[in-house]
Amino acid sequence: MNTVTPAHRTWKKPPFIQSPLLRWSLVVGAAVYLAVVFGTMDVNWGRVADGIPRGQRFLASFFPPDFVSRAGDIFDGILESLWITIISTVAGIALSIPVGLGAARNLSPRPVYLFSRAVLAISRTFPEIIIALFAVKLFGFGPFAGFIALSIGTVGFYGKLLAEDIEDMDPSQAEAVKATGASWFQWLNYAVQPQVMPRMIGLGMYRLDINFRESAVVGIVGGGGIGATLLTSFDRYEFDSAAAILLVIIIIVMAVEYSSSYIRRWVQ
Amino acid sequence: MPVKQVAETRVWQRRDRRTQLTVWAVQLACLIVFVYCWSLVSEKTIWEFVYDAPRQAADMGSRMVPPAWGYMDKLWLAVWDTLNIATLGTLMAVVLAFPIAFLAARNTTPSKVFIRPIALFIIVSSRSINSLLWALMLVTIIGPGVLAGVLAIGFRSIGFCAKLLYEAIEEIEVTQVEAITATGASGPQILHYGIVPQIMPAFAGISVFRWDINIRESTVLGLVGAGGIGLQLNASINNVAWTQVSLILLVILGTVIVSEWVSAKVRHAII
Repeated sequence: MNTVTPAHRTWKKPPFIQSPLLRWSLVVGAAVYLAVVFGTMDVNWGRVADGIPRGQRFLASFFPPDFVSRAGDIFDGILESLWITIISTVAGIALSIPVGLGAARNLSPRPVYLFSRAVLAISRTFPEIIIALFAVKLFGFGPFAGFIALSIGTVGFYGKLLAEDIEDMDPSQAEAVKATGASWFQWLNYAVQPQVMPRMIGLGMYRLDINFRESAVVGIVGGGGIGATLLTSFDRYEFDSAAAILLVIIIIVMAVEYSSSYIRRWVQ
Repeated sequence: MPVKQVAETRVWQRRDRRTQLTVWAVQLACLIVFVYCWSLVSEKTIWEFVYDAPRQAADMGSRMVPPAWGYMDKLWLAVWDTLNIATLGTLMAVVLAFPIAFLAARNTTPSKVFIRPIALFIIVSSRSINSLLWALMLVTIIGPGVLAGVLAIGFRSIGFCAKLLYEAIEEIEVTQVEAITATGASGPQILHYGIVPQIMPAFAGISVFRWDINIRESTVLGLVGAGGIGLQLNASINNVAWTQVSLILLVILGTVIVSEWVSAKVRHAII
């Protein structure tokens, strides 16, 4: 009922953003931004045009991808990625339990809470790749650096969610257990843990899934796994092997995703 | 309730014997898998380097302070590039994800047999490949630079946005769509008046959420040559200019925190 004219009334769909001032300033702002960006962006169109035949060769090499000539390397790389995924998920979750407990407001004293929150914030802001870059500098090339990077990433992710879950728990059950005279660890074990467990198992599966995806790229900076194999095949312009590796990654990611969502549904 | 008889008294237990044994068996299996994987990784590790790491870290840390504040002049352009990569990539992704989501949603797809699997395949393959891998491919094809970064972020985000959006479309309220249909509206009109207004908040929320993630991802694309601040980070590390590295890390930290704050504000305003 926006427009009312004496002769006849037409209905108009209400706009998504109610305030006209905000709506128009967003539109104008976006237009100015795009104009500035396209004006300043430095794109070498000649190089892009040169790349088209190479892109065609790359796409052509998907049919058929070459699984055979580098089969040994691909197999080793994938296995290494899987090991990194598993141990970094387990170690990361084990480390995130004390941090998560510390970062729950209803569980820990103020100084511990602030410290744990700071740890979580720092490990969450930096992408795993940057952490991996430094881990490679410190621990040398190989899967150990990837393991460290993914574990730190897992602590940031899992610790935060664990802390939030503990803060959301039902306090009456915790009080009841406390009233029986339980010690702190007994209280944790019988009151807190059963309440957060189903969700945390699901999140652990989800993190396993994320860690596999990430383990495929930490190899690009030297952290071991399938990423290193992929980078080598790109550097040698062996696009057919690269295509095979990408397909293997897609298939495994899908398999991990489906099995992890299946386990999550089964647990909850 | 599982109860154990100890001497004269009955003692409560949390689980009965069979459940307890199953729990232990699962824990043991996990432990064996973990130890096995650990031994395989350990074989490939040069432990001397690992033992030496704390000293190395202290050394690296001492070389990092104070950050080379003067280097900031050269970083503004890199930060601007990083923001542009994330923003344009997100823009490209949401524009392409919108139609794909409608083709993939069970209740709006034109054909469940032919078009829906294709749309789902696009979503899955876009999501399974990390943006760094997309960037690696695009840099080989179209050369290093910002454009490769924008396309990499875009390709990676299409699947993410389309997946969340088609789930939102599948959860819309049918009554509103039925009401519009009852007025005699055509197909596009039903879409425009019945479905789009219902998913608009979800759509805006998803876009901002993905933008936030993309800022974080675009900071590292430079490592493979796809533009942005990662390029400077890589160069400074290779030149062992640690004071520049610490400044770049601070800038990345600041950018990520600001973008997270903006995205939280916007999502709060929408929902």
